[in-house]
Amino acid sequence: MSAPLIIFFVLATLAVLGAASLIFQKHPIHSALSLIVVMVALAGLYLLMGAEFVAAAQIIVYGGAIMVLFVFVIMLLNAGEEERTNLSKLAKIAGWPLALALTGVLAAAMIRASPAVANPARPGALSDTATLSKLLFTDFVYPFELTSFLVLVAILGAMVLAQREQK
Amino acid sequence: MSDFLTHNAFWILSIIKIAVLLFIVLTVNAYLTWFERKVVAHIQSRWGPHRVGPHGLLQPAADGLKFLFKEDPTPAGVDKFVYYLAPLLALALALTSMAVIPFGPNPIPHITFFGQPIHLWVANPDISLLVLFAITALSVYGVALAGWASNSKYPLLGGLRSSAQMISYELALTMSVVGVLLMANTFSLQEIINAQASIPLFGWNFFGFTSGSKIPVPQILGFLCFFIAAIAETNRAPFDLPEAESELVAGFHTEYASFKFAMFFIAEYTAMITVSCLVAILFFGGWLSPFPASWTWTHYLPSVTLLPFGLWVIWDGIHYETIFGKLVLPAVGFAMAAIGGALIAFPAVNGFIQPTFWLLAKIFLVLFFYVWARGTLPRLRYDQLMNMGWKVLLPASIANVILTAALLLWRGH
Repeated sequence: MSAPLIIFFVLATLAVLGAASLIFQKHPIHSALSLIVVMVALAGLYLLMGAEFVAAAQIIVYGGAIMVLFVFVIMLLNAGEEERTNLSKLAKIAGWPLALALTGVLAAAMIRASPAVANPARPGALSDTATLSKLLFTDFVYPFELTSFLVLVAILGAMVLAQREQK
Repeated sequence: MSDFLTHNAFWILSIIKIAVLLFIVLTVNAYLTWFERKVVAHIQSRWGPHRVGPHGLLQPAADGLKFLFKEDPTPAGVDKFVYYLAPLLALALALTSMAVIPFGPNPIPHITFFGQPIHLWVANPDISLLVLFAITALSVYGVALAGWASNSKYPLLGGLRSSAQMISYELALTMSVVGVLLMANTFSLQEIINAQASIPLFGWNFFGFTSGSKIPVPQILGFLCFFIAAIAETNRAPFDLPEAESELVAGFHTEYASFKFAMFFIAEYTAMITVSCLVAILFFGGWLSPFPASWTWTHYLPSVTLLPFGLWVIWDGIHYETIFGKLVLPAVGFAMAAIGGALIAFPAVNGFIQPTFWLLAKIFLVLFFYVWARGTLPRLRYDQLMNMGWKVLLPASIANVILTAALLLWRGH
């Protein structure tokens, strides 16, 4: 087995284990830590594909900024261990079949797409930061600006909600 | 055996380099505490450490032994896994960041390690600056989780403060280097240094001149924003609110003792060194000499600093009160003077260490500024801290980006 393949399996296992642990952990902080493991493992996978900038951005934005906010809020609320209630009847009956169906659909899509996944269309194209930023500001400028507008709306909404109580 | 070495030379060399770098960084860390205590003491008209060894020079060793041999209790009611994870995370991330710092442009001449040239860095990714920012982004967890896992009120407050502070200042930190990135067009630290090489001294990003154009693009505003934000990001005075001893006992590390506390301590000082390296590289030309290359006499500056300083240490040692000092100080001084003399005798070696000498000199100056700020400025109040981050530094760093872009357009970049 070649070195990149071994690294891939290590990172993939880490990501899957982290995701499973995210669900099974009882304490919110432990769940948040598991999610950080998933984020960092994903960054490693991007790095393996040669997308250096995306990998670094993944860690800075998701692993750093967003997850720090998660941890911050959990700490601020001093959230304790979650309590388990009895599952709803609907989930008991329909849960497993639906989960199996979703797994089946995803697996079918992946098997159909596997030759394309094995040979990524443009290896290395994403690694060049200059190319990436040029694409972002030419071909994808409308989606990019729309996303930033969306974030702005979210910020304004948060400010309105925070200011309302002071009246 | 040699076949194995030739095939795996890269890996073995990397491991050796990591070990050497670790040794150097940890030693520098230890003596940075001594240096800081001495400088702050003299700012406050005290003597600082002077009991353990001549001039207190063995104080770091004594402190290290104290950390190792102290009792290491685990408080009741802590979240054991996170409690142990936090100092590990803090230290590991801080030390990892040193790996991408380049300490010199050229590999060691005439010597190869089984065919591998020996460069003065451990790793050289194209995105080394982004790697550093990624590590900074993750290093919040060490402090925040330590505060939470301790299950105690003061650490929790310290942890909360530090998360809020580091999120606020990370924005300004990242925005303030965009000016430098616009000028260098790369994320690689080495190419950022090379982009400043066109004119000595005034070609550095701080002044922003370049050969072929009269319009300078100075990064003075960018430097101020970066340095202030970096001091806050490393939790150093006057931004040391997470561990404000007069308010929070010791903040996030109150419940940590012995070597787990030492790990936080080492992480903080390593972060200081990394920031100093970054300031030197991004704004002050890294390993570039401030003098024109034609001034060959400046090559003797390392000797000119080492020789008289070594002689002074010998003189000081002869007049020292204790017998131990009378023996050790002249020996140290003789070693310094001998290195200084040897550099004059071997011009090839002297030429090779020039870039490293200038980088280390700049790093040392920035570290002195760090300590100077700690000894001079009072701690900010929490609301002042937040105002400073969001209402002063962030707008100023964004203004710097716009200004730099406009000047570069005017210059016809």
